[in-house]
Amino acid sequence: MNSTTVRTLLVRGMLAGLGAGVLAFVFAYFVGEGSVDAAIAFEESGAHEHGEELVSRSVQSTAGLATGVLVFGVAIGGIAALAFCFALGRIGRFGARATAALTALAGFLLVYLVPILKYPANPPAVGDPDTLGKRTSLFVLMIALSVLLGTAAVLLGRRLAPAWGNWNASIAAGTAFVVVVGVAMAVLPSGDNTPKGFPATDLWEFRLASIGIQAVLWSAFGLLFGHLAERVLEPRAVRGRVATLVA
Amino acid sequence: MAQSTAAPTPTTQTLTPLPLRAIAPWAVFVGVLMLVLLYFVGAEQGATSLVSGEGVHEWVHDARHLLGFPCH
Repeated sequence: MNSTTVRTLLVRGMLAGLGAGVLAFVFAYFVGEGSVDAAIAFEESGAHEHGEELVSRSVQSTAGLATGVLVFGVAIGGIAALAFCFALGRIGRFGARATAALTALAGFLLVYLVPILKYPANPPAVGDPDTLGKRTSLFVLMIALSVLLGTAAVLLGRRLAPAWGNWNASIAAGTAFVVVVGVAMAVLPSGDNTPKGFPATDLWEFRLASIGIQAVLWSAFGLLFGHLAERVLEPRAVRGRVATLVA
Repeated sequence: MAQSTAAPTPTTQTLTPLPLRAIAPWAVFVGVLMLVLLYFVGAEQGATSLVSGEGVHEWVHDARHLLGFPCH
């Protein structure tokens, strides 16, 4: 249990992230691209002037999409593996697979779902280029806040657990997180930029597809990484299960 | 499956936490590297620009939108 273990877990986390990225790309291509095309059609129906096309739509929706999603998968896989190393044995009596699943769930909630409740994903044509800098800073700030407050909530829960019991401590920490994040969301400026006349259905479908992509990515990562991490950390448990399956 | 209590469950062993000293160097080095990757997928040639032009932005355009990053 040393630096080599951390390195092995890190490599496996990045591989699991790559695998999850492949699944998320397939999902994004079949479920998400339709609403991107619909948004671009809306964009071009307006008087909006377009410069020359650097990358064609067919490349953007295939190789481009794959590059982005796979690199994203590897990156979050690496970061989540590091978070897993910190969490392991520190968040309660969980095995490697359960810790991996919980880390992935926390990643999905804190890095994606909570931030987008305030600043949802926007398709092309939604969003004024002049406010991009401000919107990007607010989005990053929202992710940072969510991750910090989520970590604080876990620490609070661990602190309360001996006196209150796991159930009550978890509810108290979860409630504290929801209240503080809610206040932050109420105070932060709105990021809404939807142009007049943009079809509400297209916007809804785009955002639903975005949530789906991230859900596929994080859940596939949690399950794949849990499987790979267990083989490093609990080889005896794995062998025991295989033995009972074979018997 | 019907087999429920037959096999002993060796998974319940508590895992010893990895020492922070072992994690820290990896967290700093690889953590920063991963954040740079996220920056290139999520924000390069958008709010800020390290490489001139629009190539990076245009190439990852669809992923940037669908993953939830503010794009344009």
